[in-house]
Amino acid sequence: MTTSISAMGGIVRRKEDPALIAGQGKYVDDIRLNGEAVTAFVRSPFAHARINSIDTSAAAAMPGVVAVYTIDDVRHLGPVLAQVPVGVMRPLLADGAVHHAGEAVAMVVAENSYVARDAAEAVMVDYEPLPAVVDMKAAVAGATKVHEGSESNVLVTWFSHDWWPGVFELVDHRPAIAEAKERDDVVVVSQEMTNQRLIPTAIEPRAVLADWNHGYNRVNLWSSTQMPHALAGAVAKTFGLPSNEVHVVAPEVGGGFGAKLNIYPDEILTVFASKALDRPVRWTETRREAAFSTIQGRGWVATATITGTKDGKILGYELDGIADMGAYSQNFTVAIPVLGLFVAQGQYDIPLAWQVSCVQTNTQTTDAYRGAGRPEASYYIERIIDMYAAAIDMDPADVRRKNFFKKEDFPATTAIGLTMDSGDYERNLDTLIADVDYAGLRAMQAAARAEGRYVGIGLSTYVEVCGFAPSVLAEFGFGWDAYGMPTSFSGSGLVRVNPDGSATVIIGTGPSGQGHQTTWAQVVSDRLGIDYDSVRVTHGNTAESPTGVGTFGSRSAAVDGAATYEAAEKVGGKAADIVAHMLEASAEDIRFADGGAHVAGSPGHKVTWAEIAEVAYKPHKGPDGMEAGLEAHAVFSPGNATWPFGSHLAVVEVDPDTGNVEIQRYVGIDDCGNRINPMIVDGQIHGGIAQGIGQAMFEDAIYDAEGNLLSGSLIDYPIPAAGDLPAFELGWTNTPTDVNPMGVKGIGEAGTIGSAQTIVNAVVDALAPLGVKHIDMPLRPRRVWDAIQKARG
Amino acid sequence: MHVAMTVNGREVSGDVEPRTLLVHFIRENLRLTGTHVGCETSYCGACTIQVDGAAVKSCTMLAVQADGATIRTVEGLADGDQLHAVQEGFWERHGLQCGFCTPGMLMSAASLLEQNASPSEDEIRHAIEGNLCRCTGYHNIVRSIEYAASKLRGEEPAPPDWTMDFEGVS
Ligand code: FES
Ligand code: FES
Repeated sequence: MTTSISAMGGIVRRKEDPALIAGQGKYVDDIRLNGEAVTAFVRSPFAHARINSIDTSAAAAMPGVVAVYTIDDVRHLGPVLAQVPVGVMRPLLADGAVHHAGEAVAMVVAENSYVARDAAEAVMVDYEPLPAVVDMKAAVAGATKVHEGSESNVLVTWFSHDWWPGVFELVDHRPAIAEAKERDDVVVVSQEMTNQRLIPTAIEPRAVLADWNHGYNRVNLWSSTQMPHALAGAVAKTFGLPSNEVHVVAPEVGGGFGAKLNIYPDEILTVFASKALDRPVRWTETRREAAFSTIQGRGWVATATITGTKDGKILGYELDGIADMGAYSQNFTVAIPVLGLFVAQGQYDIPLAWQVSCVQTNTQTTDAYRGAGRPEASYYIERIIDMYAAAIDMDPADVRRKNFFKKEDFPATTAIGLTMDSGDYERNLDTLIADVDYAGLRAMQAAARAEGRYVGIGLSTYVEVCGFAPSVLAEFGFGWDAYGMPTSFSGSGLVRVNPDGSATVIIGTGPSGQGHQTTWAQVVSDRLGIDYDSVRVTHGNTAESPTGVGTFGSRSAAVDGAATYEAAEKVGGKAADIVAHMLEASAEDIRFADGGAHVAGSPGHKVTWAEIAEVAYKPHKGPDGMEAGLEAHAVFSPGNATWPFGSHLAVVEVDPDTGNVEIQRYVGIDDCGNRINPMIVDGQIHGGIAQGIGQAMFEDAIYDAEGNLLSGSLIDYPIPAAGDLPAFELGWTNTPTDVNPMGVKGIGEAGTIGSAQTIVNAVVDALAPLGVKHIDMPLRPRRVWDAIQKARG
Repeated sequence: MHVAMTVNGREVSGDVEPRTLLVHFIRENLRLTGTHVGCETSYCGACTIQVDGAAVKSCTMLAVQADGATIRTVEGLADGDQLHAVQEGFWERHGLQCGFCTPGMLMSAASLLEQNASPSEDEIRHAIEGNLCRCTGYHNIVRSIEYAASKLRGEEPAPPDWTMDFEGVS
């Protein structure tokens, strides 16, 4: 193992950055092909309407318009494919009716985007409006149907006691909880809470560029996607090609957060148009479209209930809720709440009874947005536990601690039969409590209260689940079979030492800012002692990279990273034989470091990687019978998911006259196991916290009763700006996992999963002297002010 | 319509429709794609450039309005191989993740430091309020700009504040 700064656990400047800071990074919209045409979509202004007719003649006659397509042109391609196909699938273009505002009705292809947009406005659609249902409870009641003729708007209800019978050992805790409620030494605390819909808002709008080559019968497709291989599979399946004739390239991707983890109609339609027109076809989303042609996230309303003793022992946690799926199911849609169920009980060893109904509404589809079900679940348990603490007049930190899974419980079995790999929740919380001087903070709060100020301290713990596994989950619908790419949650990596001694690493992930080139180069450099600067990492090109399922669920390091680690080990094994031959030593004694290899105990007895590579590629110089070349591929299929965790704390002050909330401090102590590059880990946590604070304070995808999206611009949908956020104070504990050889767990979503409730807990704590018990997010000044007025009567 | 301007020290010209936005002229006619489009409606700041020395969102200007102007884009920040201090700061202090907001962020930061050599954290946060970043939470962007400010003043930048050597808050 090397001791250089680029080793695992070290900090090194990112390989990605030189191009990006020079303005030389290439995102999809920066790539231009000769002869390309540009598309624009005609989108429905109605949430629910029958389409009586579509007249494309005026648009088609406009100079510069190449073609106008409707569902009649593309119906034969079928609907948009989805991994968990429960409910109505989205047609490529509206087929006889529209079911949410913004649904694509027709596609215009033109010589440039100005013409395309003008022509889209010239397409005449005769709509006959139908009643729309937007409110989740009304949708469950079902008087109005999202899809005419359907029996129910409810697609499925997930229960903790039978979410997947026969595969996991499931216990029905409902009778025990009901019994506990009968005891006289308990309190029952219950609250309905909304977890509002969000718009993911990557700063790069989605973009697609398709180039069908009839000569090769092959399509090149550039897309801002998080899952290039799945997209290749879906396109291949849709057009009847083998997947190896679809070359998907995800170049620089400007943020994803789950929103680019989907097959979208525009991806399929640009391929269709390119094939039909025999020329490259591009589409770039506008910001307004990004609000309703890209998936949205969250959108739950649920009642959380804790039954517990008056001294802080929780005897049962119940959640009864509805989750909004929107009008169509896409990639994971109805499976997202299941990911919430995975972490529903938080860090607590408590009986759980959980049910969430997935209901359709006449709104845009929801799917994975940073955290995907887990922020919602964490929000509910962590809000209600604070209410329970208040009800029994116990410090929220003490209630949490009293109900933790203990260190010695690990591997711990959750209430729904999953096994959590490792955890030390108490040490993590202790670290937070000590570092912020929690007692001192409470004293400061008491002093502020005495002055009539509204200072609050909010606390939250969380458990995340990353790198989904085991492989059997593929049969639950996480298997990419629907895209013709049957696989499971495996990851892959290929490590090649080139004849000049440099290394090429090719991975199947789909990063969008996570720094995979840097991190993977560190892993390989660390294992093989090849200079960090001599390692090149490539990804996002299905023609050259091994199959990967993409980047989501904080999985890349723990799964694909582990695969790359194993591939590097294989290369090291072969290289050791070569070096042993070169240095006349035994292979077990070969050590890799500092750009080459040496014999253990005699660092002067060494060869460089260029020398090793030359022998590897000239077999006559190597050991007898050696196969020439020096590369290895590994696929890693983890036996379990990883379960990172952490504790967050916020200090806020509320201005009672305006309802304005000032976040004075935000502290996170996160435990993601071993860290490959702490700088990148910190960055992931920062961004995650910012998105959680965005939900807590500002963001809300608001539909009116008719289904119009009222927050379709960055003015109506304000994501946090620099002045809205404090500097973040981060710390860490390290409880490695044995699920993968690097002991890493994943960190992409942790900040988001831990933060929204931390802020709400702090604000409610600030207003506790007024008797405020709960305020639904987002905590915009008006809403906080209203709560204050109501509490004051 | 014909427009001519100086972009990154080079005389350029081209024919555009009256409605062509400056950002589209830069990206499509000049093929300088470092200037990004995140919203086209003046909110995100990804398209920020300098026009006659001032930071401007190039989606809020028509190409014809820039006729005769002197323009600097992210491609013109470095001096040959020598990175501008803000570029160096963003690289050293992990001021970018996906990099999409970065060119606009760099141009706003450069403009700030031209006017204020020693901005406070609050002043930095205020100066980049028109530039949205969804990845970083701004923490490291602020540190990157502080790094650049120190460099430009000829001082040693403060050490990074990431969590490194011990468990607990650093
Ligand atoms: S593209 Fe100009 S401000 Fe967003
Ligand atoms: S780095 Fe991705 S938007 Fe700022």
